[in-house]
Formats: sequence, C-alpha cells, structure tokens
Amino acid sequence: MTFDWSVVFDSMPALLKGAGVTLEIAGIGLAGGLLLGVLLGLVRAYAPKVFNAIALVYIEIIRGTPIIVQVMFIYFAIPIMTGTRVDAMVAAIFAIVINSSAYIAELVRGAFLALPKGLTEAGLAMGMPFWQVLLSILAPVAVRRLIPPLGNQFITSLKDTSLFTVISVAELTRTGQEIMATNFKAVEVWSAIAVLYLIMTGFLSAILRLTERKMRIL
Amino acid sequence: MSIIDFQSVTKRFGDVTILDKITLSIDKGEIVVVIGPSGSGKSTFLRCINALETINEGDLLVDGTSVKGTPSDIRRIRREAGMVFQQFNLFPNLTALENVAFGARKVRGMHKKEAFELAESLLEKVHLADRKDNYPNQLSGGQQQRVAIARSLALKPQVMLFDEPTSALDPELRQEVLHVMQEVAQEGMTMVVVTHEMNFARDVGTRLLFIEKGHIVVDDDPKKVFENPDNPRLREFLSCVE
Repeated sequence: MTFDWSVVFDSMPALLKGAGVTLEIAGIGLAGGLLLGVLLGLVRAYAPKVFNAIALVYIEIIRGTPIIVQVMFIYFAIPIMTGTRVDAMVAAIFAIVINSSAYIAELVRGAFLALPKGLTEAGLAMGMPFWQVLLSILAPVAVRRLIPPLGNQFITSLKDTSLFTVISVAELTRTGQEIMATNFKAVEVWSAIAVLYLIMTGFLSAILRLTERKMRIL
Repeated sequence: MSIIDFQSVTKRFGDVTILDKITLSIDKGEIVVVIGPSGSGKSTFLRCINALETINEGDLLVDGTSVKGTPSDIRRIRREAGMVFQQFNLFPNLTALENVAFGARKVRGMHKKEAFELAESLLEKVHLADRKDNYPNQLSGGQQQRVAIARSLALKPQVMLFDEPTSALDPELRQEVLHVMQEVAQEGMTMVVVTHEMNFARDVGTRLLFIEKGHIVVDDDPKKVFENPDNPRLREFLSCVE
C-alpha cells in the first residue's frame, strides 16, 4: 500500500479541532480533579474519622468502576434520575473530574503522610497553628514529591478522554472515527491521531520535567 | 521567678505511667540538664513543657500559662519555649538562612528584610555565616543542628528546650553543637537540656535532674553530683555512661 499524505492534510483541520476538544476536556477536567483530589487527599490524611470514611467510600467507588461506566452513568442515567438533560461535553469533563480526583486523592494522601513527622513537630513547636504548618511547611515539600506521580495521572486522564467517543463528544478519537467512516483510510487517519496524542502527552511530559528540574524534588 | 512550673504532673501512654506526679519549678536563667536511662521519661518530660505531649493529671505552667489552656495559649507557650530536636527537623526546601528567617516571619510577623537580617546575625552566632545559602542536605549533621538552634533563637524564646541534640551526631560533630549551646547558655538563656553528654552536664549545667521510671530521683547541683553521687542508682547509671 502507499501512504496517502493528502488524506492526512485534508483531515487535519477537523482532527486539530478534535484535539482542541480533547485538551479542553482534559484541561478543565484535571483542574477540577486536582482541586477535588487535593481536598479529598487532605481529608484522608488529616480529617476526623467520619470525613475520612466518606472520602474513602467515594475513592473506592470511583477507583473500582471503569471510567466508561462512569461517563455512561452521568450521561444516560442521571438524566433519567433527575429529569434534566446532561450536555455531552459537561458529562465528559465531569467524568474526568471525578475519576482523576479519586486517584489524585490517594497520591496526595501518600505524599503528605510520607513526610517526616519531625517537620510537623518543628512547625508546631514554633507556635504555628496546624493549618499554617500544613500550608507553609508540609505543602511545599509534598508538592515537589507529587509532581512525578501527578504527571502519570495527567497523561492517563488525557488519554482516557478518547473513551468519551461513546457519548459522541467530538474529541480527537471521535473525530477520527467519523473521518474514517467516510474515506476508510484507516492507516493514515489512525496514524495522524496517534501522532496528535503523542504531541499532546509529550508536551505535558516536557512541562512536568521542566517543573521538576526547576523545583528540586526533595 | 519560676518560668516553668510542674504541679504534680502525670503523663501516661495507655496503661504505662511515663511521668508520675512530678512537681518542680525552674527559674529564669537556670541551665537544667536532664539525664536518665532510656525510657525513663526524660524526653516526655521535655515535650510536656511545650505541649507536644498533653499531660493527664496535674498542671504545668510555662511563663504563667497552662499547657492545658486554649489552642492560642498553647501557641503562646510554644513561641516562648523554643525546641531543638534530636533529628534537627530543618525544612528541606529552604536554605539555612531561609530556615532561620522562617519562624521570625511566619510566627513573629517580622518583615522580610528584618527577618533576614536577624537570621544572618544568628547564623553568624552559630558560626555558619558562610553556609547561609546551603540547603540542609548540603550541610553536615552538626551544621544542621546549629542551624536548628539558630532557627529556634530567631523566635526570641524565653526558654530553650533541647531534646538529645547531639545523639544523632558523630562524636567529632558533637563538640561544635555543644560549644554553641554553651555560648547560648552564657548569654543568660534559660535552658532545659535532655542529654547523655556528661561533660556538658557538669561544666555548663547549673542544675541536674536524674529521672528514672517517671520520677525525679536526683535534683541537685551537677558539680556536686558528679563529684560524689550519693544516690546508688545514679552512681550505677554514671558508671555505665562514662
């Protein structure tokens, strides 16, 4: 066979648009997931038993079910239960938020609990309230240790957006499938899609590596 | 006037009594050296003073404030009672200078410039002015401990508590730390030092406490005690240490 570059060029504008949607879902979803995950992780690490238990149940439910089931539930089941339609894009973003938050929560919990106890004591012994110890002593050290595992989660979540093709969100994979359905050029289209994913994840890796180098992992 | 006042303090961990009805007061300017076998309760004794351990019975006043008080009372006590730990516990993401300036800025609310000037002068005092831009992992244990002492002094505490400050150090590094502690003592700082350094206890201490099984067995002038330890248990202990 011959590799028909013109197919790649012709489908590129649509694919780039799809990649844009992928980035939007991953970007907003991960920002929300990070926020929720940090909160849940700190609850797991430091909050009283009741809150800890609630966070644990949430994490177990989310980690224990496939993301594809989660997004189907949000998109198809919630409207039946509540009587309000959920926009596919909103469902996709929401799925990334809840899914990544569960994993990020455990990363955050681990990063904080692995810190030497002496750091907390040193802060408390200075007469700082615990929230200040957490914020100004523990967090800066924990954040540095969190960067490598967070990088993993970001890349995983970015690729997970390809599953949202099941609810017809016009992200990169869905766009590719639609192009494929009209021209049947599987090799060219799927190669182009793979390269676009690689560029996005590669860019993410590079940013993370740069941050790591700037921050001195401790 | 007493700055630390133990009033029949009892501390238990579960069923085990660590401190048993300790009553004792420490005056300003005293250099109290606390010795005793491991597990005798000497570290707990020290950690009760700045409320890192909560007491079960009795009361304990530091500069007139009870360790059983409100969270803000406890923070006040901790600001007045600086602590130096066995494991230094420096902040690994900050340089020596930033470590020392940290408390002055965050706890005493000093301005950045003022805090860094104070930190610089304190590093000079502990003979580490030339290492101010080094991170803790670039310093030896003895240097780290001296930075930790400077970090505590930066809060301008009324009392300094030392929890086996040289136990994690090689013998040759201990001297530089003990030397700095001696200098701090000479400036009139009130100090409570849990240690196994008998020479320091004898030469620098003004009062010696020998704790065993949660009781203060000996409370006397260190020079007298080392010359003629009349308590048989202390004599036995000293013969093992020296």
